[in-house]
Amino acid sequence: MHIINREIEGKSAGYWALLCGLGILVLIGLYAAYNMEHHGHVITGMNNQIVWGLPHVFAVFLVVAASGALNVASVAGVFGKKAYKPLAPLSALLAIALLAGGLAVLMLDLGRADRAIITAWEVNPTSVFSWNVVLYSGFFGFTAAYLWTMLDKTAKPLYLFAGYGAFIWRLILTTGTGLIFGFLVARQAYGTALLAPKFIVFSLLYGTAIYVLVLMAAYGWGQRALGDEVLRRLKNMLQIFIAASFYMTFVYHLTNLYFAKEWDFERFILADGGLYTTLFWVGQVVLGYVVPFILMAAPATRSNRAVIAVSAILIILGALAQMYVTIIGGQAFPLELFPGFSESSSFFDGEIHAYTPSHWEWMLGIGGVGIALALVVFAVKVLRILPESLADEVADPHVKK
Amino acid sequence: MNNFEQYRRRFLGGALATAGAAVMPGLVLVEVAHSRAPDEPVSSKNRWGLLIDTTKCATGCNECVTACSKENGWTQKEVYSPQDPQWIRKVELTHNSTGAKHSLPVMCQHCEEPPCVDVCPTGASFKRDDGIVLVDRHICIGCRYCMMACPYKARSLVHEDLNDTQLARMPRGKGCVESCTLCMHKIDAGDNTTACAEACPEHAILFGDLNDAGSEIAQRLAGHASREIRADLGLNTGVRYTGI
Repeated sequence: MHIINREIEGKSAGYWALLCGLGILVLIGLYAAYNMEHHGHVITGMNNQIVWGLPHVFAVFLVVAASGALNVASVAGVFGKKAYKPLAPLSALLAIALLAGGLAVLMLDLGRADRAIITAWEVNPTSVFSWNVVLYSGFFGFTAAYLWTMLDKTAKPLYLFAGYGAFIWRLILTTGTGLIFGFLVARQAYGTALLAPKFIVFSLLYGTAIYVLVLMAAYGWGQRALGDEVLRRLKNMLQIFIAASFYMTFVYHLTNLYFAKEWDFERFILADGGLYTTLFWVGQVVLGYVVPFILMAAPATRSNRAVIAVSAILIILGALAQMYVTIIGGQAFPLELFPGFSESSSFFDGEIHAYTPSHWEWMLGIGGVGIALALVVFAVKVLRILPESLADEVADPHVKK
Repeated sequence: MNNFEQYRRRFLGGALATAGAAVMPGLVLVEVAHSRAPDEPVSSKNRWGLLIDTTKCATGCNECVTACSKENGWTQKEVYSPQDPQWIRKVELTHNSTGAKHSLPVMCQHCEEPPCVDVCPTGASFKRDDGIVLVDRHICIGCRYCMMACPYKARSLVHEDLNDTQLARMPRGKGCVESCTLCMHKIDAGDNTTACAEACPEHAILFGDLNDAGSEIAQRLAGHASREIRADLGLNTGVRYTGI
């Protein structure tokens, strides 16, 4: 059967309620940004020890998930899997939207957000941030072009070029995101190029989990048919990405323990770091990896849609826990200026640094999520993103007709 | 031109070249040893730095911190909040196995290869030709990437309005990052010292030109063992420590 993409009607009270709800989240985020700009970062929990806080947890999560959200489209366009073709436009749209949300948070958190545009002309070739200005712009460009070639038949000749471009660019982009941390040689938590592939693998998991939830919501609320086959494939993907993420996490900690001999830092994260240890084991590993993997693998639960949705939610919660441990846990552990000595000072040298995010930071982070989702909800109304039906007999190329 | 004439010219040329070669190093030495006058532009002829003798630095003494605060207009406190800027702090060290104690000031180490300059997306973090690492407050966007990259925790973000603490000679700004400037305004005025070095009652902080082989700092560094903090990172810091 031929697949037809169609805008959603978007006239129901439910649609407008959803869009308004997301609009309110955006306003909440903008209000927080206004206050942070007006009063300064003094109203946040961030300080001169924990210099990047909760906004960066949300921002990096969204940016990493953005590149992963493109995964479904890449499987269709680059690896030629027919079953994923109808799913591809939403994948590209979600990638653009998540990146926009993440970048908005990153920009609005700046000490001088009004000067963000300076990064456009004062370029420092040695700065990974400067590279990222190019990488983010390129990702928007390639992914938007890819989306265009999917939606407009006259642009078909560019389909492969845009698809490959976006795929290669997303790998470079997430390498760049990982290296923001990976090239910080001074800090025990970072300073390893392993963070680049680790972030790429994480991106596949986080982006696909968000994709699954958005797809289920769109088809559930939009009262369109979504077959089991599509979800089964996405669920299998999630399982593979969980296994790969677990592996990368394991190798990262093994590298720190065995090769870099960062034993004190590893003891802090894995054993006696309080909140960070709990977030690592309970949040990232158990809720983010183990529980969803078992739920999606166990014969009793694996074909249940609610279980797939719950698994995707758990993966996202685990992802936020991972970002919190990576970004804030990595700064909470003190810099070691003089190996072999205990240090103390008025600037909190040698101490585990405390951090409690303020409500402004939560508001800004949630505002970024609001921007991303509002863009998606708006775009599916004005663009032909979603197939009218993803029922098995339509979407599954192997179905017996 | 006859043969004699040619010989005479060659001889004179050779003699002049020899004389020149003999005199040049002296001229160059005079050039290097020359400390910068206020009207002279900043150049790489100088590399300013500090040598801190930790054997003279006393626990509990904060004179250098007080002097820096007064000189540059940041607020010194009895107890700081984690959001307060501190351009220089006294760090107390206890050796984990021997129990040996040291007290020393830590500030921007003015690296030759500064990680803060590498990561800055706008070039607001920059190194002057004379080795002083600074923040251009006009183009700092407050991203704090430099604070993440600095191995010495030398930088602070200004978290709130600075209504009454600013000095005309040291403009600061909410939302911008700042750190020790090696009292560049004093260097530029020809003072050839820093507030912390001037204030130290034990003369534990020695300011000088690391490029000037005749300077006291260069001679002390040549004659005594010294160390850089996190020397393993290979940043070639302008601030050195002895006695630890």
